[in-house]
Amino acid sequence: MNVGALARRLGLFVVVIWAAASFNFIVPRLAPGRDPIQQRLGQMAAQGGYQQQGIDAMVKAYQARFGLDQPLWKQYLSYLGDIARLDFGTSIALFPTKVSDLIIHALPWTIGLLLMSTLLAFTIGTLLGALMAWPRSPRLFQYLVAPLMTLSAVPYYLLGLILVYVFGVIVKVFPISGGYSTGAVPNLSMAFAWDIVKHSILPALSIVLAGVGFWAMGMRAMMVTVEGEGYMLLADAHGLKPRTIFFQYGMRNAILPQFTALALSLGYIVSGSILVEVIFTYPGIGSVLYRAISGADFFVIYGVVFMIVVAIGLATLLIDLVYPLLDPRITYERT
Amino acid sequence: MSEEILQVHNLRVEYYTSKGTLPAVNNVDFSLRAGERFGLVGESGSGKSTLILAILRLIQLPGRIAAGEILLDGVDLAKLSLDEMRRKRLAEIALIPQGAMDSLNPVVRIRDQFKLIMRAHDDSLSKAAITERIAELLKWVGLDNHVADLYPHELSGGMKQRVCIAMAIALRPKVILADEPTSALDVIVQRRVMETLANVQERLGATVLLVGHDMGLMAQFVDRLGVMYGGKLVEVGPVRELFKDPLHPYTQLLIQSLPSLEIQSEFQGVPGLPFSLTDPPSGCQFHPRCPRKMDHCSVLAPQLQEVRPGHWVSCHLY
Repeated sequence: MNVGALARRLGLFVVVIWAAASFNFIVPRLAPGRDPIQQRLGQMAAQGGYQQQGIDAMVKAYQARFGLDQPLWKQYLSYLGDIARLDFGTSIALFPTKVSDLIIHALPWTIGLLLMSTLLAFTIGTLLGALMAWPRSPRLFQYLVAPLMTLSAVPYYLLGLILVYVFGVIVKVFPISGGYSTGAVPNLSMAFAWDIVKHSILPALSIVLAGVGFWAMGMRAMMVTVEGEGYMLLADAHGLKPRTIFFQYGMRNAILPQFTALALSLGYIVSGSILVEVIFTYPGIGSVLYRAISGADFFVIYGVVFMIVVAIGLATLLIDLVYPLLDPRITYERT
Repeated sequence: MSEEILQVHNLRVEYYTSKGTLPAVNNVDFSLRAGERFGLVGESGSGKSTLILAILRLIQLPGRIAAGEILLDGVDLAKLSLDEMRRKRLAEIALIPQGAMDSLNPVVRIRDQFKLIMRAHDDSLSKAAITERIAELLKWVGLDNHVADLYPHELSGGMKQRVCIAMAIALRPKVILADEPTSALDVIVQRRVMETLANVQERLGATVLLVGHDMGLMAQFVDRLGVMYGGKLVEVGPVRELFKDPLHPYTQLLIQSLPSLEIQSEFQGVPGLPFSLTDPPSGCQFHPRCPRKMDHCSVLAPQLQEVRPGHWVSCHLY
């Protein structure tokens, strides 16, 4: 790839992030009568039975403190400056915890759980899908089509609920909530690592099971298409070994669209599979976002949503940069 | 007469469909002499390409070889195990595909595709030996050595077809099966591809079975010609004799339909349409379209018989 094309692609990334950030800034301010401070203080007042005039003074004081009394363009500029420093302000519900701290603490849990389970589901699903479409596979794989198709249609959170019921209620083999045992102190010992793994098995399983079906169905469809190509017939006529034809001719060509889908789903990892994290009370980004939404914690919502946008932007940037290496027909040369 | 390298006896290929079993190739019998060029012509759906795939044992379900022998140098290919058959392909009998457009793996460089096919038959080949062989093969088909480092999408249609020819001769096979190698190429490129094929055939002394429907191309290239209709071979003979004095009414119509530069006349063809394999005519399959039909043609199926030395025909007229 040449330097100009690389610069253009990076420029596009910056523009996407900027547009998302601006959108994030404008939309809540378009909502009529939604002053988060007024709202928050109003709630507190209702609980404590304060008088109205005292509240007005407090709102003014807080607005000055958060910079909300400034003209809009000044707010916008300082907002952009904050975003660039990944400073999303402070949580309203957990004041004065910084939003960035909340995210940083939750992120490793989500990335650990979702990255592993997404990659695992991708690998298993893609391989199964290819084998299901391969005429020389054992019969067994033909029978897998129906169950995997069903699995791909079942939402992962429903699978999560079933798993909780089966392994947490009927047979109590795995812990059903949290990232580690309550009372355990996070440290670097093997025992604690095993504790984390045990806690991650059920949420990971629900994501992997649902994901395998999805990846297998996609790969199967592509593989069937590829099998109709002339090069598959010629590969056979050239006396190539079935294994070579399967991997280097069949899968190698059929997997290309799978990578695009993988990049996008890697982007969504940051948002966490919210419902899975909620079901298993897993301490990841999904749980943070869930609490923020239910508690109208605007700054946290902005922060998390912005992180999602950045992650998806990064993932698509990555796949765009890597794709020419996977498929030589795609280049960024100007013709 | 030289020895017969490929003999096909009573070959029958069937496809299972919801309408019953269809014979795409129906009791075909012919043999190729070492070093000769044999042509097979016929309308679309006459079973030419199926015949080629059957010889290579590449018929996929729902089709299968129902009966017959395919003797390559005395060995019956129809009886070999899958792996034995795999080793025969390319090493002894190679395919030049129809439509080279999608015949090369789009994500692998030409050089690596050569490597894969050579290593599939001989693990012990050294890197240097492979590199040298690729250079030699590309030179034989008139391509520059740098083509090896390109991807298929960077080649023109004619170049791709010549790469396919180079691949087909990579292991010096005894028999080359060419399935309409020039379809989808313009006439100038067609000519160069056919010249390339003729060149490598002479160099290797290989036998070529050329399948197509271009009578002009056949007239220029092959020694003997076979005509297929509805999965059956209806006439086989030396190409000059067949053009000068075709015996089967179908062959006569095919040759009459060739456009001529001298006489500009009405566009001619074979009247009627090919029959459907699901509902074949009784007796001689050609009788509904035949201008010289006799009474018993619709009842009795004719057999392929030698009516002149080396000239076989399947028709009640002879």
